Amino acid sequence: MRGAARAQVKGARTPSRVVLRGLRVRLVVAFGLVAALATTTTGALTFREARNGVLQQSQDTVIRQLRTQVSRLATGVGYPPTEDVLRRFAADVALAEPSGTWRVLVTYEGISAASVPGYPFDEVTPAVREAVGSSMATVFQRVRGDGRTSLVVGMSVVFTSAEGTLVPTGIQVFLTVPQTGEQQSVDALVTAIERATASALGVAVLLALFAARGVLRPVRALRRATRSIAEGRLDTRLDVNGSDELADLSHTFNETAAALEQSVAELRGMEARARRFASDVSHELRTPLAAMSAVTDVLDEEAARLDPDTATAVRLISEETVKLARLVEDLMEISRFDAGAAVLHLDEIDLAESIRRTVSSRGWSDAVEARLPGPDELRGRVDPRRLDVVVANLVGNALRHGGRPVRLTLSEGGPHATLRHAVLEVADSGPGIPEDVLPYVFDRFYKSDSARTRTEGSGLGLAITEENVRMHGGTVRAANRPGGGAVFTVELPLRRDESAWENL
Amino acid sequence: MPRVLLIEDDRAVREGVALGLRRQSHEVAAVPTGEEGMDRLRSFRPDVVVLDLMLPGMSGLDVCRAVRAVDQTLPIIMATARGDDVDIVVGLEAGADDYVVKPVQARVLDARIRAVLRRAGGAAPGDSGLPKIDTYGELAIDRAGLSVTVRNTPVQLAPSELRLLLTLSASPGQVFSRQQLLEAVWEHSYHGDARLVDACVKRLRAKMGDPPREPRYIQTVRGFGYRFASR
Repeated sequence: MRGAARAQVKGARTPSRVVLRGLRVRLVVAFGLVAALATTTTGALTFREARNGVLQQSQDTVIRQLRTQVSRLATGVGYPPTEDVLRRFAADVALAEPSGTWRVLVTYEGISAASVPGYPFDEVTPAVREAVGSSMATVFQRVRGDGRTSLVVGMSVVFTSAEGTLVPTGIQVFLTVPQTGEQQSVDALVTAIERATASALGVAVLLALFAARGVLRPVRALRRATRSIAEGRLDTRLDVNGSDELADLSHTFNETAAALEQSVAELRGMEARARRFASDVSHELRTPLAAMSAVTDVLDEEAARLDPDTATAVRLISEETVKLARLVEDLMEISRFDAGAAVLHLDEIDLAESIRRTVSSRGWSDAVEARLPGPDELRGRVDPRRLDVVVANLVGNALRHGGRPVRLTLSEGGPHATLRHAVLEVADSGPGIPEDVLPYVFDRFYKSDSARTRTEGSGLGLAITEENVRMHGGTVRAANRPGGGAVFTVELPLRRDESAWENL
Repeated sequence: MPRVLLIEDDRAVREGVALGLRRQSHEVAAVPTGEEGMDRLRSFRPDVVVLDLMLPGMSGLDVCRAVRAVDQTLPIIMATARGDDVDIVVGLEAGADDYVVKPVQARVLDARIRAVLRRAGGAAPGDSGLPKIDTYGELAIDRAGLSVTVRNTPVQLAPSELRLLLTLSASPGQVFSRQQLLEAVWEHSYHGDARLVDACVKRLRAKMGDPPREPRYIQTVRGFGYRFASR
């Protein structure tokens, strides 16, 4: 199992890359996006509320303290105030905050005095001054500069007249408070939110990887199993864990594989039975045929002495017995090919000599125009008896179905550059083979016309020819010549890789 | 009139073959089992045995070996079903001279019987004008008397073995292809079964004490056939 998996990874470069780009990455990205979106939204809202809360509170406190202080101290300021008076007033106001972070600026018509001498009060912008000058309300602004945030509060000192209206005294008080503590709180908040976001993202990626693993492992197992089935290992099954959709899929896969395996087994069984049946029938027919064949000569001899009807009957039985014996012999030969029981007995021979003998021993020398190489020009390692069957079947077929003259050519060649091949051509001068029949000429018992009369052959000759050629590692094909007539071409390798057959 | 002992278990085949052979003017004794065949061997004294390989009880191969144990020279023809390839080889190595494939016509079997009998008694090729006894080292071949001795000890050869040795030794040094030997010794066609030749060479070497790895007399020429060593 381990070895198989490794082999598959080696052979499946493209699919594994697709998977890495695919489901796993998409899951990680989706989980990450959701986590990031959730944490940043929550963080942003929290930040805004918390920040406002902190700042608002400190601002309100400062303004309240300032007002109280100013109200308490303003009554002690002589009018119109001198710069000295204003400076003392500013210092007194600043004392309201014991830590001494307040910087107070007091102005009165061009005179200005500060609680801390020399402090520039850049934070008190002209806009603030103008706003204070034009209204009697308290003005405040948060100013950010030099990396620090300061709260600027400005107000006019007023008194209530006898008529109950508010009258400005012309004294303006400005206060700047650095908000370092508040800023630190806000910064800490941001840092906390960032950390929360990062850890949420990390957890999301881990979760995504875990989920991807949960999905991908069954998917990978399924892919391996599918390929295994495709390679013919029909007994491949998956382990079914849990009860989710993927487990269902694995279960379905197992059922499909089992059904497939059973069907294939049944088909193979049927095929094997059919072949065994053909083989058994041939075997059973052989014994009675052996008895009949032994006495056909007796029938032939006696027929001459019998009355015509009986003589005809006797001759029929004799002739058909011979044909039946040949048919059964061919059937058994086909059965042996089907069962893989046919054996090659290779011998190195002169191919031209062998073919010449095949033609002459059957008395075809006059009917066949043979163009063969000279003695020992073309020697090859073949099974001489099977080569005899091939040549006899092809030439016999040409003589029966084609027209004479039949031309037989043997030469060396073929399309294979590395292996030497013998090329045998048997061409007749008949009408050729109909195009729709050509693909089937090597089929067993194939007849181009179902009503065609039975011929001398068994109907298995070309099928046996093809099997014999294939056993030699060669090819045979049928075609029509441009000038008319059929041509069968056999290509036989002259040498074969053989280790089984050793001569004495 | 050749005397043929036919051992065949199937009644119809046995009767048919016996009838066919009698019509070809053979004297036939037909028996259904190997045991009966061995009994008739002494009483009938056949010139040739035709032996079915598939027999109940004592198998054809056993009969073949049993016959060879008592008679090295009696010709044996096996009748086999084609496809019994292994049995054919074993049968040939057990000492059978030839085989026919069933179903077989009577005149084909008759021709084989007459061929094997010619091997046993007929004149060896090219013996006229030659000295009667040729000696090659420790091997002596009497071409007229049709006998062979190794180190002055007579060697009993079956007809095919004798004929093969006579044919090869008539032209020492000449290479004979298996197909040529099939025609010359067995009177088979060019496309006969070359395993007959190989098995016969093997038996012949064994009987003459010729080591198969480095044969002194009958040498294998790879890719071509066999030759009798000239010296």
